[in-house]
Amino acid sequence: MLRQIEGSQAVAAAVAACRPQVICAYPISPQTHIVEALSATVKSGALASCEFINVESEFAAMSVAIGASAAGARAYTATASQGLLYMAEAVYNAAGLGLPIVMTIANRAIGAPINIWNDHSDSMVMRDAGWVQLYAEDNQEAADLHVQAFALAERLSVPVMVCMDGFVLTHAFERVDVPEQDAVDAFLPPYRPRQRLDPADPVTIGAMVGPEAFTEVRYLAHVNQLRALDAVPAIAAGFAAAFGRSTGGLVRPYRVDDADTVVVALGSVLGTLKDAVDELRDGGLRVGVLGVTTYRPFPSAAVRAALGGARRIVVLERAFSAGTGGIVTADVRGALPGAGAGTVTVVAGLGGRPITRASLRQVLADAHGGRLEPLTFLDLDLRLVERELARTPTG
Amino acid sequence: MSSSMFQVRIHGRGGQGVVTAAELLSVAAFVEGRYAQAFPSFGSERTGAPVVAFCRISDVAIRRREPIVDPDAIIVQDTTLLEGIDVFAGLRQDGYALLNAPVPASELGLVERLRWYPPGRVVTVPASELAQRHLGRPVPNAALLGAFAALTGVVSAASVMAAIRGRFGDGLAEGNLAAATEAYDLVRSDQGSAARA
Repeated sequence: MLRQIEGSQAVAAAVAACRPQVICAYPISPQTHIVEALSATVKSGALASCEFINVESEFAAMSVAIGASAAGARAYTATASQGLLYMAEAVYNAAGLGLPIVMTIANRAIGAPINIWNDHSDSMVMRDAGWVQLYAEDNQEAADLHVQAFALAERLSVPVMVCMDGFVLTHAFERVDVPEQDAVDAFLPPYRPRQRLDPADPVTIGAMVGPEAFTEVRYLAHVNQLRALDAVPAIAAGFAAAFGRSTGGLVRPYRVDDADTVVVALGSVLGTLKDAVDELRDGGLRVGVLGVTTYRPFPSAAVRAALGGARRIVVLERAFSAGTGGIVTADVRGALPGAGAGTVTVVAGLGGRPITRASLRQVLADAHGGRLEPLTFLDLDLRLVERELARTPTG
Repeated sequence: MSSSMFQVRIHGRGGQGVVTAAELLSVAAFVEGRYAQAFPSFGSERTGAPVVAFCRISDVAIRRREPIVDPDAIIVQDTTLLEGIDVFAGLRQDGYALLNAPVPASELGLVERLRWYPPGRVVTVPASELAQRHLGRPVPNAALLGAFAALTGVVSAASVMAAIRGRFGDGLAEGNLAAATEAYDLVRSDQGSAARA
């Protein structure tokens, strides 16, 4: 149903339509509106077969999700920032056990200094945890991705993170076609676990594995996650056929076909980027955008195909690795022949700093003219950092 | 696309409902079958601190997610902000300013501002008083949105009323609707007399 709705409310409605059987969460900004809405839905009786479990921490939230999923329940949780770090050990366990848990990340910076606003530092930490990671461009996609995420998770028996930019999306009020219950029921079959903990038919899940087989376990998890490269587009296509709109998938190219310069990015900045690219195109610059919707597994072949014609590639990142630079950049370079020579990194929007069209136009024009350093921090206040550097002892 | 997009910035203090105002305005546009995007600024979230929310309205899908720096209209819920904040920053030359005050803009120290904008573009409405009378609480949102519809014509009064009705329960809806209607009529008659003057 078409509604003018807050992103968090739309996601909560989409998750509820997936009929989760256990929802466990600990509140943290900017995730709170999602789980508040879901707890109200459960309390109202609208989700009769669902138990909402208030836990004492994020570590407990993921642990309860693991237990619920292992016992055969469709399990959901959501968190952000420090909350995701606090559950880190259990996040890896969920993936290692192959449990199809779906988790929303309301992307937020990590302290210190403490900062509640948006960037991708939190989910990037979990890039190697063995979860599929999907990034939403807008609230329509955020809602739809949750429906697709449950289908994907249960098809492959792998956990899926749906990442949506905190505040920028979670607290934005906009038009969303909220997935209807009937359509979701037709699209998403009831969860049938591959194996489950059942006292009547005991099995052991998660026993110790020694050096003789640990590599093989990890290898099989890798192969299984790579299957998402086929499953994600198939599920997105099925979703498009059922719901009449195209969301999800591996990558989203925009005006890349004849582009000399392409900017690669994840999440909600893609909309602003498309407006900036249209404006630069009006000025005669052949630029394009490649949105990466599925970041794990990394869709190397799709990225390579979309970037094939571009001479210059800019990877715009909302997180970075101190001492090295871009995180997504390393993936993009790895996907390109010649290790992606000519690929540069722009770090932008850290800790909630707005990414404006004006700044994007400038940095893309600079990139197009070959004037960008390998690593640029967008809108960096040079006076501030140089003053601080001048009074910092070196060596 | 920019030409068909109308951008509003709402200034208030934490607790006065700037976010709700932006959301209601977006719903009014949605009711008309248009696209709208409402979002808060997330500065300080303390009660009483200056806060800002934004609303874009367009006939086509809205993709950008940057703060609004050159609004077509500003709404000021609390004129005590005028001393510390340039609420007019970036307001377009042909823009609108709607302020919650029981006195004309000329009595708010805005004489210079009034000269910069076309006649009838900088307008006050006693939204808190209207709310106090109709609701028993000085929450200015509904009245300001009624006045906004009258001032700009960007959304219709009927759409604003539909948004208010959809947001508030039966008890609160009536008072808010009455405040919005009276504010709409006040600004309409002011605009009428300004046009005649």
